[in-house]
Amino acid sequence: MPQPVGAESEARTGAAGAKLGMWLFLFTELLFFGGMFLLYAVYRSRYAAGFHAAAAEENTVVGACNTALLLTSSLAMALAVAALRRGRTRFSILAQAATILMGIGFLAVKYTEWMAKIGHGLYPDSPVLLQRSHGEVLFFGLYYVMTGIHGLHVLIGISLIAVTLALTARGAITAERATLLENTGLFWHFVDVVWIYLFPLFYLVT
Amino acid sequence: MPQPEREVPIPRTRTLLLVWAALLALTAVTVAVARGRLLAGYSVLAALGIASLKAGLVLAFFMQLKYESRLLQWLALLATVTLLTILAGTFTDVWYR
Repeated sequence: MPQPVGAESEARTGAAGAKLGMWLFLFTELLFFGGMFLLYAVYRSRYAAGFHAAAAEENTVVGACNTALLLTSSLAMALAVAALRRGRTRFSILAQAATILMGIGFLAVKYTEWMAKIGHGLYPDSPVLLQRSHGEVLFFGLYYVMTGIHGLHVLIGISLIAVTLALTARGAITAERATLLENTGLFWHFVDVVWIYLFPLFYLVT
Repeated sequence: MPQPEREVPIPRTRTLLLVWAALLALTAVTVAVARGRLLAGYSVLAALGIASLKAGLVLAFFMQLKYESRLLQWLALLATVTLLTILAGTFTDVWYR
């Protein structure tokens, strides 16, 4: 008679399924953002001059620093997952807290950037913007939509990490039951990957 | 009966730090290329190429795709190819209209 499947093996299969599910969700996210990148690409090729003029107004230094901040937060999250799997719970909690702080920092910088633009009268449908060329109007429209939806993802990521942080502290997430933290990490890294493309498209390509 | 799962190895701290350093270096390179107007004419290609290199590093090491099962790796490739096909299909229309 075959041996009954142990609970441990069953839990592992469940964890693998959960991870696969997370990746499948991320693929739908890829196509979701992909649609917006497609829109950007088409309008950019059609209104090259307007996009060129509008992109020159972005502050490259601020954008680069924010990129570095988000990349570093991804490192902290990867370290948090690795530490937990090694049973180093305290370090994992600290690294998760650092990830949250850097995520908030990223959003704070984004907020000041948006506010500066709005201060200059550059927001969708504003009288100042509507005076400009069609390409510039489209550039700023895409800028607000794409960085806005990305920012929303950062906010969701921060909330998820806050939950995993609390669960790790309470001992509900452990080296043996790390799936929730690992999947949250996958989401956070995905949001980082989206920004890796947003940065050159809005700040560098002029 | 389910097969026992192959455990994805725990990444070494050194590896993660090296990947992070490479990501920051590539960010500096892409800014330098854009500001210095190096590779003029190929600026879009250069920026997207460097971005893809960075995305590849994050996927392979932070998201551990390098160590995941073949199934997951093929699925990731399929999703990427799907997106690229949509982009390519649209641009054959936009460019040759």
